[in-house]
Amino acid sequence: MSLQVSEVKKIAQLAAIAVEPAEFEVVGKKLSNILDVFAQLEKADTSGIEPMAHPLDQTQRLRDDLVTEDNQREKFQVIAPSTEAGLYLVPQVIE
Amino acid sequence: MHNLSIKELSALLQSKKISSVELTRYFLDRIQKLDAELNSFVTITPELALQMAEVADAKLAAGNAHPLTGIPMAHKDIFCTDGVKTSCGSKMLDNFIAPYDAHVVTQLKALDMPILGKTNMDEFAMGSSTESSYYGATKNPWDLKAVPGGSSGGSAAAVAAGLVPFASGTDTGGSIRQPASFCGISGIKPTYGAISRFGMISYASSFDQGGPMARSAEDNAWLLNAMVDFDERDSTSLKMDKVDYTASLNDAIKGLRIGVPAEYFGEGLDPEVAKVIKQAIAELEKQGAELVEVHLPNQHLAVSAYYVLAPAEASSNLSRFDGVRYGYRCENPQDLNDLYTRSRAEGFGAEVKRRIMVGAYALSAGYYDAYYLKAQKVRRLVRDDFTKAFESCDVILGPVAPTPAFNLGEKTDDPVSMYLADLYTIPVNLAGLPAMSVPAGFVNERPVGLHLVGPYFSEAKILNVAHQYQQVTDWHKQTPEWIEGGRQA
Repeated sequence: MSLQVSEVKKIAQLAAIAVEPAEFEVVGKKLSNILDVFAQLEKADTSGIEPMAHPLDQTQRLRDDLVTEDNQREKFQVIAPSTEAGLYLVPQVIE
Repeated sequence: MHNLSIKELSALLQSKKISSVELTRYFLDRIQKLDAELNSFVTITPELALQMAEVADAKLAAGNAHPLTGIPMAHKDIFCTDGVKTSCGSKMLDNFIAPYDAHVVTQLKALDMPILGKTNMDEFAMGSSTESSYYGATKNPWDLKAVPGGSSGGSAAAVAAGLVPFASGTDTGGSIRQPASFCGISGIKPTYGAISRFGMISYASSFDQGGPMARSAEDNAWLLNAMVDFDERDSTSLKMDKVDYTASLNDAIKGLRIGVPAEYFGEGLDPEVAKVIKQAIAELEKQGAELVEVHLPNQHLAVSAYYVLAPAEASSNLSRFDGVRYGYRCENPQDLNDLYTRSRAEGFGAEVKRRIMVGAYALSAGYYDAYYLKAQKVRRLVRDDFTKAFESCDVILGPVAPTPAFNLGEKTDDPVSMYLADLYTIPVNLAGLPAMSVPAGFVNERPVGLHLVGPYFSEAKILNVAHQYQQVTDWHKQTPEWIEGGRQA
């Protein structure tokens, strides 16, 4: 299959990755090659087969609803690109 | 010294014939001398290593040290290491100093194994050659024109070159076993959930599994003893019975039923590799093992299913890298969306971006049933094939990879050809089974690994078979000539 430029744009948006317009075609072509690998799945007879999410068919372990983590804000914010007064700074969102 | 086993190093340390500081200096010197050529390390941590070695020596002197205490090691750069850069091979995390330890790091720190540094890898563990690392490709010590395999290529090359006796690795689609095969070392991926994923940077969580990479099966058994443990902080960590993986290494394998799937020796397998694997199987037959024909009829669907499921999980896992809390942030973001999309475009490499986009597509409205759900069903078919096969055999043997190590640059322009090289390792990850690669010979002077796959929780049996094989062969003891003589390949 071959992805259209509009589909590549949509995928880039879903992935939250900026793609330069000049790259649309090349990116689309490489993605299409990968999607061709998927096509093999269509041939598999999976009627009556349950989807498998965990190799040992285990379900998520539950625990008591208790606080288990200490507050380590200072330590974690040392490596942040931009902080102020304990907050993470990003460009203005609302004018 | 660098050719000694973990057991031998342990004996030297325990009997005080050598100190951990001396041993650590020895390996740091080797890294200094040889790694400029190999590029197997992203970060070297001499201060941390020597500081840990001193603590180890104090415990050894007091006579209450663990058998692994004082033996230097390295971590794949995917394991968060408190206070040390943890890059995952990516520009995105080039400035990331981990604020905590992964569980595996905690476990081995508790045994005072000096950390020499962090090893190179494919970016976010996505690759089979270590060429997608932001820090440049690692070279194969056996042939500097060849890739070391991936994604744990740095760990494999470092062990093969004798720069470290043991390094940690992770295996999502073959990332421990394939580089172990390409570099002529031994590496085991245990049952999914056996080793904690806490602090191991996520790629595809339902497949990701850590494990040791070392010279022999026996070394791996010693390390697995220290690494397999239930961890409350990993939601898929398994509560397993405590097993001493070294206890059964010397059991005789007479009567062992070896499953040999016809599918493993079909189209695409290099005939020379097939010859090496058949010789290895014959060696085990001589020890009394019996061959059983088994079938894995859905094996050929595994690569397709994996490249739907793993990227889908990756697209979700890697959404955390947004340039806000840590990691790379683009210059002069115009608005919040620009900050997100440009930080990700500039911070991730081409292959990582491709997999995130493929995953986002597979999960998107209108395609979910056709791709994601279908792939999950195929995953069960692949798993059920193994379950059925193990009704008539104890282990399955075959090749790890269809060829020996390929050349640097050979597959970088064609991602799909790189994917297909993992056709023997991927089904095992879909099923979550334990599996191992051990050196079994050479083709064109490049190592070839024998693949041992067992039922769930059969790590001790796999290690036993591998160890018995290594009692009658010496492939795992061989080292590249130029490394020994210091001369260039």
